[in-house]
Amino acid sequence: MTVRERLREKISAAFYRHGLLCASYPVPIILFTSASILTCCYPLLRLPLPGTGPVEFTTRVRDYTVPSHEPQGDLGERPDWYRGPPVAYIQQVLVKAAVSPWDSTLVPVDVFRSPLGRVFSLLEEIRNHVHNDGSGVRSLEALCLQVTDLLPGLRRMQKVLPEHGCLLVSPGNYWQNQRELFDSDPDLLKTVHQHEPKGLHTSATLRDLLFGVPVKHTGVSLYSRKRVVTYIITMVLGSYDARFLSSLRARLRQLHPSVNCSLREDHMVHVHFKEEIGMAELIPLVTTYIILFAYIYFSTRKIDMVKSKWGLALAAVVTVLSSLLMSVGLCTLFGLTPTLNGGEIFPYLVVVIGLENVLVLTKSVVSTPVDLEVKLRIAQGLSNESWSIMKNMATELCIILIGYFTLVPAIQEFCLFAVVGLVSDFFLQMFFFTTVLSIDIRRMELADLNRRLPAEAGMPPPKPGPLRPREAPPPPRPSPYTITLQTPAFRNLRLPKRLRVVYFLARTRLAQRFIMVGTVIWIGILAYTDPAGLRTYLAAQVSEQSPLGEGGAGGLPPHLGVAPVFPGPGGDPASTLSVLPAPDEPTPLPENQSQGHHGAPREGVPHQAPPLVPQISWGAEDEEGWRRLSFRHWPSLFSYYNITLAKRYISILPIIPVTLHLSPREAIETRHPQDTRHPPPPSHKTNDLPADLTLYKVAALGLAAGVLLVLLLFCLYRVLCPRNYGQNGVAHGRRRRGDLPCDDYGYSPPISEISPLLLRGHSMDIECLASDGMLLASCCLAGQIRVWDAQTGDCLTVIPKHGLRRSSSSGCWEQRDGWDAVGVAEPENLGGETEPGGGVFDEDEGYPLRRRTTPRPALFEDQPDLTPLIDTNFDSQPPSHLLLTPPRDGFDFGGLVEKAYLEHEPPSPGLTASYPSPSPPSGPPPQRRRSLGYIQPPAPQGQGTPDWESAVWAMELRGNLIAAGRSSGKLELWDAVEGSLRCSNEDGVSGITALAFLNNRIVAARLDGSLDFFTVDINKPLGLLQYRGPPGHSKMPPSPCYSSEDVISCQLTRSVQCAHQKPITVLRAAAGRVVTGSQDHTVRVYRLEDSCCLFTLQGHSGGITAIYIDQTMVLASGGQDGAICLWDVLTGSRVSHVYGHRGDVTSLVCTTSCVISSGLDDLICIWDRSTGIKLYSIQQEVGCGASLGVISESLLVTGGQGCVSFWDLNFGDLLQTVYLGQSSDGQGVRQLVVLNNAAIVCDFGSELSLVYVPSVLEKLD
Amino acid sequence: MPRLEEHCWRRSCTSRVESKNYSRENWVASKAEEMMSIITSVLSNVYGSLYSVQTANLIRRGLVLFTVGVFLALVLNLLQVQRNVTLFPEEVMATLFSSAWWIPPCCGTAAAVVGLLYPCIDSHLGEPHKFKREWASVMRCIAVFVGINHASAKLDFANNVQLSLTLAALSLGLWWTFDRSRSGFGLGIGTAFLATVITQLLVYNGVYQYTYPDFLYVRSWLPCIFFSGGVTVGNIGRQLAMGGVEKLHND
Repeated sequence: MTVRERLREKISAAFYRHGLLCASYPVPIILFTSASILTCCYPLLRLPLPGTGPVEFTTRVRDYTVPSHEPQGDLGERPDWYRGPPVAYIQQVLVKAAVSPWDSTLVPVDVFRSPLGRVFSLLEEIRNHVHNDGSGVRSLEALCLQVTDLLPGLRRMQKVLPEHGCLLVSPGNYWQNQRELFDSDPDLLKTVHQHEPKGLHTSATLRDLLFGVPVKHTGVSLYSRKRVVTYIITMVLGSYDARFLSSLRARLRQLHPSVNCSLREDHMVHVHFKEEIGMAELIPLVTTYIILFAYIYFSTRKIDMVKSKWGLALAAVVTVLSSLLMSVGLCTLFGLTPTLNGGEIFPYLVVVIGLENVLVLTKSVVSTPVDLEVKLRIAQGLSNESWSIMKNMATELCIILIGYFTLVPAIQEFCLFAVVGLVSDFFLQMFFFTTVLSIDIRRMELADLNRRLPAEAGMPPPKPGPLRPREAPPPPRPSPYTITLQTPAFRNLRLPKRLRVVYFLARTRLAQRFIMVGTVIWIGILAYTDPAGLRTYLAAQVSEQSPLGEGGAGGLPPHLGVAPVFPGPGGDPASTLSVLPAPDEPTPLPENQSQGHHGAPREGVPHQAPPLVPQISWGAEDEEGWRRLSFRHWPSLFSYYNITLAKRYISILPIIPVTLHLSPREAIETRHPQDTRHPPPPSHKTNDLPADLTLYKVAALGLAAGVLLVLLLFCLYRVLCPRNYGQNGVAHGRRRRGDLPCDDYGYSPPISEISPLLLRGHSMDIECLASDGMLLASCCLAGQIRVWDAQTGDCLTVIPKHGLRRSSSSGCWEQRDGWDAVGVAEPENLGGETEPGGGVFDEDEGYPLRRRTTPRPALFEDQPDLTPLIDTNFDSQPPSHLLLTPPRDGFDFGGLVEKAYLEHEPPSPGLTASYPSPSPPSGPPPQRRRSLGYIQPPAPQGQGTPDWESAVWAMELRGNLIAAGRSSGKLELWDAVEGSLRCSNEDGVSGITALAFLNNRIVAARLDGSLDFFTVDINKPLGLLQYRGPPGHSKMPPSPCYSSEDVISCQLTRSVQCAHQKPITVLRAAAGRVVTGSQDHTVRVYRLEDSCCLFTLQGHSGGITAIYIDQTMVLASGGQDGAICLWDVLTGSRVSHVYGHRGDVTSLVCTTSCVISSGLDDLICIWDRSTGIKLYSIQQEVGCGASLGVISESLLVTGGQGCVSFWDLNFGDLLQTVYLGQSSDGQGVRQLVVLNNAAIVCDFGSELSLVYVPSVLEKLD
Repeated sequence: MPRLEEHCWRRSCTSRVESKNYSRENWVASKAEEMMSIITSVLSNVYGSLYSVQTANLIRRGLVLFTVGVFLALVLNLLQVQRNVTLFPEEVMATLFSSAWWIPPCCGTAAAVVGLLYPCIDSHLGEPHKFKREWASVMRCIAVFVGINHASAKLDFANNVQLSLTLAALSLGLWWTFDRSRSGFGLGIGTAFLATVITQLLVYNGVYQYTYPDFLYVRSWLPCIFFSGGVTVGNIGRQLAMGGVEKLHND
C-alpha cells in the first residue's frame, strides 16, 4: 500500500513538473515534437504506397529460373512476393496486319476481314509447332495452362472462351477458331459487338480479352484511317520452357518477318496482383470506418470549456494519427515490414489507442480553478489525472501483451504496432497535446480578460442587452424605443414549417456535409481501388501517338462507283499460302527501311502506289501492349476459370511480333458477299467518332444530369421560397437602409419596431401585478392600486381615488371625490352613518404631508367624522417613511374620472389609510395591528371598509374583481372598473403573503404559515351574468362580470392553521389544485373544492422559491438549493430532480415540452420536460432580472436591465431585445406578466411597460 | 475447385449464425452518425408528448436495436463471405440476399431482446451500470467487436483450438474493458449458451450443415463470438436506456 502511495505521489509530482515545463515553453516543445514526428515518419518514405494495383518486377529472360519458395539470402531489390512459380506465363504474339497496297477498289470491310482471317493460319502454326531436341518433343499442348470449365455464371461466354484445354486466346475465338465460320460470317463487326456487355463497362471486356489490345488500337472498324489491324494471340503457359519458346519465336519470325521491329526481347515482367477489394469487402470496411468516425465524433464532442473546441479536437486526432505513423515508421526502421493490410487494421489501431487520455487531460485541466495561472492549471490538471493515465496505460499494455502471446502472426504484428503506437501516443500526449492545451487555455483567458475589463472598471457596458455566451455582438440600438431585428433568425417566428425545415437544413449545413463526405469517400475509394487503372489510363493517354503515315490517305476520296461486286466466296485457303515466304529464308533487313518499300517485294505482294501503303510501324508502346489495357485484364481472364490472381503473380514473356502484309487481291477474295453493302465512311472528320463514342456518351449523360440537377434545384427553390422573398421590408415606410443589418447575401430582414407602451402613474415602485388578460392591476408601494386596460394602456381606475390625499392632521389618505362609480345609494348609506366633521380633508395638493392642523373645509360638511379612525400613532412607523414624499403631479386623471368627479356627489366617508409600509413583501414586515377600533359601518351590500393602514402584499385579478391581501391579514375585494370596495374579510390577523383566485374561490397564504380558503358568493341571477369584452375579440375565456348591483360576499370556508411550519412563500392554483411552497422545504398540494391536503412533497433541501402548475397538472418547484423538481400531481411522486443553478431558483415556467428556469446565478436553463435533461442554458448579464415568461410554445421572454429579450426556445437564439426606456439602464425588470394577447407587462420601477409582440399576434390569428 | 466451394459454403453457413450477434454492432454505427441523432431529435420533437410514456420509449429503443441488428447481420455476413467473393460480387450479393432472407430479422429481434434485457436486469438487480457510460465508449466497444469478428474471419489460425482460445481471450478482454459488471457477464454467458444451443438445434434439424465439424460437432469458437456480441449489444442497450434522446445544440 505504501509503495503504491509513494509511486502515486512520485508520478503526480513528475506530471506536475512536466505540466509546468510544457506550459512554460510551448513553442520549443511543439517544435521538438514536430521534429521527432517527422524523424520517426521518415522511414515511411521507403514503403510502397498502399493500393491494390499490380506491382511489377522485371528480370532478364536469359538467365531466368523459376524462383524458389524460400527467400535466398540477399536478393537485391527482388520483392518478397517474387517467390515460387507464377500462376502462369503469358506469351503473346502481336500481329499487325494490313492490306497493302491499299486499292481504291477495296471496301472498308476489307481493312480487317482478310487480316483477321489470317489469325487462323497463325493459330494453326502455333498449335502445331513442335520443338524437338535431345531431351524430347515438346508442343504447346504440353506446356500450356490447361483450363477446365468456365464459371457457371458465364454461359454466354461458353462459345467464345476455350474450355477443357489450352488457354489460348485470340480473335479467332469469336468464330470458334474455325475458318469456315469466319468466312461465312456476313458481318464481322456485329459478331464482335454482340458479345459486348451493355452499358458502360470499365473493366476488361471480352473484346479486350480476345484482341489483347484496346479497342481503339485494333483497327477493326469501318472508319479506321490507319488501315492496320492489330491483335494479339495470347498463350497462357503453365510451365516455362525456354527452348520451345525460342524456337516458336524463331519460327514465327521466320514466317512473318517484322523488318523494322526493334522491340526488346530480353526482359520478362512479373506482375503481382494484390488482393482486390470488391463491394463485398468494401462494405465492412466502410462500416468500420463509420464506427471510427462516430467514435471520434462522440469523443471530441465532450471537449468543452475551451477556447477553440475544433482546434483541440483536431489536435487530439493529430496526436493519435501521428502516433500511428510514428509506430509504423519505428517498426520499419527496426526491420519489421508491415504485412497487414493497413487500411483494414487502421481503425482498430485508432480505437485501441483511443482518445480517452486526451479527453481526460482536457477535462482535468479545464476543471481546475480558473483564477490560477495557466502554468499552474496545466500542472495541476496533469498531476490530478496522472495516476489514472498511468494505470490505464499499464492495463492496455498488459492486454496487448497477452494478445502477443496468442502466437498468431497477424495478431502479433498488430500487437507490436499497437504497443509502439501506445508508447508514442503517450509521448505525444505529454508533449504535443499538453502544450496545445496550454496555448488554448491561455488564449481563452486572454479573451475572457478582454471581455471583462470594462465591467470590472465599473463602467456599465454601453448596451446592456443580455449577452449570449457565444459572444454575439450586442444588438444595435438606433433609438431607445426601436429595436432592430437580428438577421433572419427572427423570421423563424412567423415562418411556415417548410421554411423552417429549409432553415434547419441550411443551419446545420446537411447538404454540404453530405456532399463533402460523399466526395471524400468517393475519391478515397477511387484512389484506393483503382490507382493502377488510373495510371494505365494516363500512361496510355500520354504515350498515344498521332497516327503515322496519314499524309497520303487523308485526301483520298472513297471510290463508290468503282467498288465492284465480287460474287466469289473467298473460301480458298490456298491463296493465303502463296503469300507465305520461303520457310528458310533469313530476314536480315536493315532497320531503318520502311516496310512499304522493301518488305513488300520480298513477300511477293504487288507494289503499286507507295503513298497508299499503310505503314506498319513498331514502337515502344507495342513492347508491352498489355499495359494499355485495364489492370484487371489478367485477373478477369483468369477469374473466368476460377483462378484468382490475388496475392500471386504472373510472368509476361517478351512479345513476338508478327507483321502481315496482304495483297488487295487476297482481300477481295476473302470478301463476303455482304461486305460491300456497308456504307462507305462518310467523311474523315468523323473517323475517330466510334472509338470515342463512350466518352461522348459519358459527357452527354453528365451534362444532362447536371442540367437536370440545376432544374430540380430551381424548382425546389421556387417551391420552398416565398415569391416575395426579400421584398417584405420594402413596404415599411420607416425603414432606414443604413441601420439595417444585412446578412451575407445583402438581404435585409424587414424591420418591425416594437415600441413599449409606458404606463405611468404610480408614485413608487410597483409591488404587485395582476392581470386576467383584459385588465391589468398594479399596486405600488404607496398602496395605490391602478387598473389599466391591457389593450390600450389607459388607466381605468385608481384605488384609492385621486381625491384622497394625505391629511395634514392624520397623515392619512382621505377621499375627496368619493366613490364615483359605486352607485347612487351608497353615499346616503355611508354618509348617514358617519359623523360629520370627524374627518380631516386636505385640499392643498402641494403639501400632502401637512399635519393634522388643517381644518376641514366646509365643502365636505356632510362627510362623516372620521377622526376616530385616523391613525395618529406614527411611532410605530419607521421614521424614514415620513420623509417619503409622493410626487405632487404624480396623478394624471383621465377625462372619465374628471367627469365622474363632477357628476357625483361627494362620497363616502372615512377612508383612512395609514401611510403604507413600503417594506417588500418578501422580507419580514413589521407586524402592525390595527391601532384603532374601526367600527365597520353596516354594509347592506356586504361592502367592507377599505384598510389603508397596511400594505398590499398580494393581489389577484379575476373578472373585474381585484382581490388584495394586506399585511394586516385583511382580504379585500375591489371592483376593478368602478374602484369600489365590494367586500372585505378580516378573519385572519397574519399578513397575507400570497393569494390565489380561482373560479369563485380565493386562497390566501399567511405569514404564519396558515392557509385560508375563501368563497366568493355572488347573489344575483345567472341571467344577469354579463360577459365583458366583445365576443371574438380575443380567445381567452370570458370572465364573468360582477355588476355593481350584485351582492358579493366573501366567506372564510376553511382555514388550515398549520399548513406549513414556516412562512408560505409561493402559492399557485390551477386545475383545481392549490400548491403552496414554504420555507420549510416542502410543497403541499391542496384540493381547491374541499381544501383538503392531498400531498406533502418533500425533496428540496432548501426553501421553496418558485412553483409552476398549469392546467395540464404539471407541477414544477424550485428551491433555494438550486434544485428543480418535477412532480406528478395525481400521484404525488417525483418525476425528476435536477440541479441546475447555483443559488435560488427564482422563477419557473413550463411549456408542453420543456421547463425553463432562472436562478440567482443569472442563468436561464431549459430542460426537457419528459427526461429532465438540460437542453441548453443562457447566461445572462449579472444582475438581470429573474423574470420569465412564455408567450408561445417557442417564444420565451426574459427581463433584463431595462429591457426585455425574446428568445427562440427551440434553438436558444436571441431574437430581439426591446429597450424599455432611455433612462432605464440601471433598473431591472422585476416582474413580467404575459397577457393572452401576447402583450408583455413588465414591472419596471414605478412604471409599467406594455410590449406587444405583433408577430405572435399574427400567428395566433 | 470443390474445396473452394466447400469453403465458401462453410463460410456462409457460419456467418449466418454469427450474424445474429453481429447485428447488434451495426446499431452503434448507424447511431454514431450524426444523421441518426438529427433524425431522432426531429422525431422527438414530433412525438415529444409520447416520449414520456414508458412503453413508447421501450418500443423506440427496440426499433433502433432491431434496425441495427438487421444492418449488422448483413454487413458482418459480407465480412465472412468476402474472401471467396471478390471476383464476382454480384453473385455474392445474390446469394446473400436470397438464401438467408430470414436471418437478418432474426438477428434484429435477438439484438432488440438482448439490448432491452440488459438495462432491465440492471434495474432489477438495483445496481445501475455506471462504468464508462458514454457514447464514445460504446463506439469503442463496437469497434473492438467488429475487430474480433474481422480477426476470426480473416486471420489464418493454425487450428481451431487456437482460434477458440484467442477469441475467448479477446472476448473476456472486451468484457473487462467495457463492462465489468456481474450482470453483464452472466447475461453474456447466457446469451452465448442459448445462441449456441439454438444453432446446434438448427444444425441437427438440417437447416445448416457444417462442412468442417469441430470437436463435439460445434463450431467451438461460436460461443465466444456470441458472448462478445451480447456484451456489445447490452452496452448499446444500456446507453440507449440511459441517454434517451440527446439533443445536439451545436449552433
